[in-house]
Amino acid sequence: MNLTLRVWRQSAPDARGSIVNYEANDISPDMSFLEMLDVVNERLTERGEIPIAFDHDCREGICGSCGVMINGAAHGPMRGTATCQLHMRSFTDGDTITVEPWRARAFPVIKDLCVDRSAFDRIIAAGGYVSANTGGARDANEILIPKENVDTAMDAAACIGCGACVAACPNASASLFTAAKITHLGLLPQGQPERYRRALRMVTRMDLESFGGCTLFGECQDACPKEISIDTIARMNRDYLKAVMIAKAEPDSTTA
Amino acid sequence: MVMAVTGIIMIGFVVGHVLGNLLVFRGPEKLNSYAAFLRGTGGALWLARLVLLASVIMHVVAAVQLTRLQRKARPIGYDRQEPQVSTLAARTIRWGGLLIFFFVILHILHFTTGTLHPTFNHTDVYANMISAFRVPWIAALYVVAMAALGLHLYHGMWSSVRTLGMNRASRDPLKRRAAALLAAVVWLGFTIIPVAILAGFPS
Ligand code: FES
Repeated sequence: MNLTLRVWRQSAPDARGSIVNYEANDISPDMSFLEMLDVVNERLTERGEIPIAFDHDCREGICGSCGVMINGAAHGPMRGTATCQLHMRSFTDGDTITVEPWRARAFPVIKDLCVDRSAFDRIIAAGGYVSANTGGARDANEILIPKENVDTAMDAAACIGCGACVAACPNASASLFTAAKITHLGLLPQGQPERYRRALRMVTRMDLESFGGCTLFGECQDACPKEISIDTIARMNRDYLKAVMIAKAEPDSTTA
Repeated sequence: MVMAVTGIIMIGFVVGHVLGNLLVFRGPEKLNSYAAFLRGTGGALWLARLVLLASVIMHVVAAVQLTRLQRKARPIGYDRQEPQVSTLAARTIRWGGLLIFFFVILHILHFTTGTLHPTFNHTDVYANMISAFRVPWIAALYVVAMAALGLHLYHGMWSSVRTLGMNRASRDPLKRRAAALLAAVVWLGFTIIPVAILAGFPS
């Protein structure tokens, strides 16, 4: 198939970028979107031009590195898939495809389609962990957890931190990401001791990064390659509100 | 959160308001005596007005803050962005809110103080309503404003509950039956009055 690509090119973080058109001819419908970009890049290199920079690693939808805006939708038109899992058969011969980086102040462009997502790392560092002396491996199923909690926690834990939620959100809010982490850890027994402290710290960190506020458009849930539910956002808000009340009642419990 | 709490307070008021208004269909005595009862509560009425005024102010401040955050959070927009699932209601929440804001000011000058009402009589709410809505453009203005209110509530009600974390988890989290029902009741309740009066009620 023959396609026209409109790709955002930007040589450096503070350079001015623009959309550049490329012809992508003889593309196999069986290629993934990233393989298609590889082919385009090979040809660019042969012509002595600078290839398009894009993030990728596992190419099987588990690492969260890849992710671009494809025709105005985060990770492209397929639901529940990352950009690396999107195949060219989702497009038709002759299509024009617009490819842009995630757009958010908290995700500055490094080059072309690569953005700096370390704001997510700082949210995790603020509380997205469980403090435990692990010791030797425990037996499986030693701690009993209600099935419903396991399922909800597992669904939230599927988050790969790709940033599509921020990219798709009209507010550029990081609520779905933060909520997924809070839900995942807050539902498991190991996450209980730090549950409210965690919610307070992670939400505070999220607000400090330059993300927007959540007004529940719902776009994040649709963009998420792991189909994480916006119900997690309600859970985050609930835990956060409780945490604020606890912090008021006993100032020390949240700073310890 | 301020947005959600003040929103819910105002939803409470709007529901009361629509139910009160519907008394118009039970005749002048019912409606006017209800209005007299409200006025008779004196202090309570002013307290309610004060709470509502404070809610409006906080609601607007929160809206301005959120809008500014949004502008700051995405300084460079997309060349192409296609909304996938967000509702019209969600996308018009700000413009709709602005519209409702100006409508409320007009509405207070119209039916509360009577400033904009040519034949206003403080004790005869019924006659005020009938004479106002016999004028087609006034009825039309109210109908349009109520459509905006309905949409605003449709998204506002649903999202407020989630902002406060009060919902139960659902298989299809984008469904919003309760909010739709509430918005529809408020919208229909308010809309049916000018439409009926314009159409010749009471005959
Ligand atoms: S490259 Fe790892 S998720 Fe796409």
